[in-house]
Amino acid sequence: MTKFIVDGEEYSAKPDENLLQACLGAGLDLPYFCWHPALGSVGACRQCAVRQYANEEDKTGKLVMACMTPVAEGARFSVADPEAAALRASVIEWLMINHPHDCPVCEEGGECHLQDMTMMTGHTTRRYRFTKRTHRNQDLGPFIKHEMNRCIGCYRCTRFYRDYAGGRDLDVFAAHDHVYFGRHADGTLESEFSGNLVEVCPTGVFTDKTFSAHYARKWDMRGAPSVCTHCGLGCNTTVNERAGKLRRILNRYNGAVNGYFLCDRGRFGYGFVNAPERIRTPRARRADGAQADVNRAEAMARFAALLGAGGRVVGIGSPRASLEANFALRALVGHENFYPGVSTREGALLRLIGEILGAGAVHAPSIRDVERADAALLLGSDLPNAAPRAALALRQAVREAGFAPSAKVEIAPWHDAAVRTYAGDVRNPLFIATPAPTRLDDIALDTLRAAPDDIARLGFAVAACIDPAAPAVAGLPADLAARASAIAQALLGAKRPLVVSGVEAGEESVIQAAANIAAALRGRGKSGALLLNVPECNSLGLALLAPERPGFEAAFAEPPALVIVLENDLFRRAESLALDAALAATRLVVLDHSESPATHRAALVLPAASFAECGGTLVSAEGRAQRFYPPILAQGDVREAWRWLGEAGHAAGRDGCGWDTQDGIVAALASALPCFAAVPRAAPLETFRIAGNRISSEPHRFSGRTAMHAAQNVREPKPPVSADSPFSATMEGYYGKMPPALLPFTWAPGWNSAQAINKFQAEIGGALKGGDPGVRLLEAQAEVALGYYTNIPAPFAPRPGMWRAVMLPRVFGDEEQSARAAPLRERMAPPALVLNEEDAALIGAASGEMLACALGGEILHLALEIQPGLPRGVAGVAGLAASAHALPGWVRITTAGAGVS
Amino acid sequence: MLSSLRTLWYTFLHLFQRNVTVQYPEQMPYLAPRYRGRIVLTRDPDGEERCVSCNLCAVACPADCISLQKSESEGRWYPEFFRINFSRCIFCGFCEEACPTYAIQLTPDFEMSEYVRQNLVYEKEDLLISGTGKYPEYNFYRVSGLAVPGKDKGEAEHERAPIDIRSLLP
Repeated sequence: MTKFIVDGEEYSAKPDENLLQACLGAGLDLPYFCWHPALGSVGACRQCAVRQYANEEDKTGKLVMACMTPVAEGARFSVADPEAAALRASVIEWLMINHPHDCPVCEEGGECHLQDMTMMTGHTTRRYRFTKRTHRNQDLGPFIKHEMNRCIGCYRCTRFYRDYAGGRDLDVFAAHDHVYFGRHADGTLESEFSGNLVEVCPTGVFTDKTFSAHYARKWDMRGAPSVCTHCGLGCNTTVNERAGKLRRILNRYNGAVNGYFLCDRGRFGYGFVNAPERIRTPRARRADGAQADVNRAEAMARFAALLGAGGRVVGIGSPRASLEANFALRALVGHENFYPGVSTREGALLRLIGEILGAGAVHAPSIRDVERADAALLLGSDLPNAAPRAALALRQAVREAGFAPSAKVEIAPWHDAAVRTYAGDVRNPLFIATPAPTRLDDIALDTLRAAPDDIARLGFAVAACIDPAAPAVAGLPADLAARASAIAQALLGAKRPLVVSGVEAGEESVIQAAANIAAALRGRGKSGALLLNVPECNSLGLALLAPERPGFEAAFAEPPALVIVLENDLFRRAESLALDAALAATRLVVLDHSESPATHRAALVLPAASFAECGGTLVSAEGRAQRFYPPILAQGDVREAWRWLGEAGHAAGRDGCGWDTQDGIVAALASALPCFAAVPRAAPLETFRIAGNRISSEPHRFSGRTAMHAAQNVREPKPPVSADSPFSATMEGYYGKMPPALLPFTWAPGWNSAQAINKFQAEIGGALKGGDPGVRLLEAQAEVALGYYTNIPAPFAPRPGMWRAVMLPRVFGDEEQSARAAPLRERMAPPALVLNEEDAALIGAASGEMLACALGGEILHLALEIQPGLPRGVAGVAGLAASAHALPGWVRITTAGAGVS
Repeated sequence: MLSSLRTLWYTFLHLFQRNVTVQYPEQMPYLAPRYRGRIVLTRDPDGEERCVSCNLCAVACPADCISLQKSESEGRWYPEFFRINFSRCIFCGFCEEACPTYAIQLTPDFEMSEYVRQNLVYEKEDLLISGTGKYPEYNFYRVSGLAVPGKDKGEAEHERAPIDIRSLLP
């Protein structure tokens, strides 16, 4: 640690920090704009001026920019120096010259970094009497609102969008005080990280369009710490609610997981919670065959009667439901009757992933670990589409190669512009082997376009190059062998090599090959990491809960008397005809939050709470169990799925369903299954209090308390008390230093914007005070060794007249819940069949023409998209996640006319 | 004894003092225009709603008796609903002070008793008046930067015409 002195007080900081970071870390307030902990310093805004003294005798000193000044041992500074303070106030005054003062009609108002910094510097009176410059705005698509008049020219947006996230279509135009941040023309921002502009922009130039449609001020919304449910990475989010409606999703800082950024699927995919297709009341099938609403007591009686009717009761769990809900179902039907609600193919891949990670022989990296990798291989996984936040981390990993050469000439890593200029295009090696081009190809050292079988062979060959004890691949073409050797050398030469694969690779062999590489690296004494991505928020949790079975289709082998489906649309996961027949032969109970084909077939539909209405625990792809809490409190008959199941079990007289609190069921889960023993430590218990107080879930200036519900009844209702969380339902309670897993919203005195998070961090840009939330269930152990998989597939051989259909993931639309959100639907492209030019010519179809192919028991008509990168003999299916259960597979493709005839 | 006589004497003197009882409601008292009575929502000089739904009145309200929801039409912000629970209102005037658009104003009307408490919940229809109230001139959208129908970018007070971003000239 380096000691430094500010205004006579001694503080300590890490030696590679800049002074601004160090001051914020020490809890001092120093205004800034252009610096961002994840983006580094460029010294553009001149806002963080402080006085630096050469030594103890020096009384004059000089003004320096804190963000551009390294912290040296014993360095002396003054933040309170009158001249420095006056300069900071002047800088704000200049920045405010053109600011439109439209805060009342600005979505950022009340959580605006510019407002905070203006208050902090004490600039209160406007002296400028002349005219303001104005700009025209652009339509930036369904996610982002643009109001350029508010811009203060800090360049954070383009630095994030272009330098950090690799976007191309946002840039700066014009010059001097005319600078304009936007696209070359109106149009949707292409990057899947555009939503972060809302939080990166220190003022209201880029605001959340989806939030604006049902806007509320930050101080008026209840917050809850939550976990994103739209992919397997488990990014932490803050969910805001007012008047029973989910208003928005914000990033919640977790130093080990998502840091400061989310992807657009996570940020804008919440619409399903407020959607009209939500199930709000229980429904039961009447004697005439139609479904009718019933009250809670009757629903419960019917459920108990169905359970008590005898026969085999099968429970089908869900990869998007919490551990608690899945465990409740497993306890209700017995583990021998519990099936994971995934397709058999996906289940086999998940089981394999569970087996590899569960063995404890390889390190499953957090997103932060991915960011630190210095060589990476993407094996079969289109990460930017399947798990965008991890791809963003990978982009940083590649870029961090510039730090070492810069350090040799004494350029600190936070010196962003200098590092990028000096290091230029120095990159850590990234190898990508996927069927179709990815959005990381621009930074890859080498890319291979091949069918999954060939990708697996490449992986096996890499493992064999690293460790001769690994099974060798026979008959590998010379160019592939050379590539494998180059990849092996790069991974061996790295300190923290990383291999990435996942369910999206489609084939077990690809994941096995990735595991072999990780094992081989370990065999050579390298601490390699293996990221195996999973498609849904609790896929891994479900795989660990039901490791014996790959999918639910086996449940119908012997017709069950009753099937209970938990938060799942089974028709996305199996061939619909066979499933229809199987479900027609049994009685069906569905617990879900939204309508689906399965709910319409059910004898009893129970309204389950979505992630915004109940608490729960999810296990992310790295094996991190994380707790989420509800911002929306009890709403009519909508209840936690585990409560429905527990009460039904109790009513039917089944044993082992006796939990009535969240903590109760988590404790039962932890004691029943050893792999979940650590889950209760993921977050504090319901009984957690600070000085006898619950944590307040509403900001202290929450308004309208006595008027919000006055239209229904002027007498204010008693606020609900949650038995499942340590939060109070109102602004009453404790807010301040608290366990980071419970942070309901970020606020600190003088810091109303999201940047208040610096008050909760133990180290700026590092871990939170009290440790990053979540508990890792699958740590690698030194003594465990992973055997090699030996099942090397034969080389891919195209079949005449047939194509190997593989799933091409898409960031928008593939995930079931977010695909219900209207803004996301605007970004979803129609499904397409992707072929390369030669294959398209073979069929005689032009781009955009409708093609027919038989997939999953039905004929699909898909528009042709020509993708030159795709290997011959491979057909990509994009935008059809509901048919993923049939992929990969061999298909015949005909032009639609021929297919129909 | 002396004290009782003294009290009687003072009471007697009161017979010669001016009578302060006002015969309300036959005789109405004078209330200054700045009296803090019933709250209204006013319109700008063009007849459009002044309230931009910024929520500052609601957050300033110590009784938390104002609730509203923002909505938007052609760039203008409006309250979708605007509700004041007068059974909680303490007529402190903080909302008027906080309002950046002079939309919410307190008036000299205080006669708003009800037999049913529910009737003291006023919605936007009950609050919105046709005039400008105490500030006849002010129009927020003529001052602020948002473009609204009838006022394009650069047409507000103290604004220059929008920048041509393809020019590098000073």
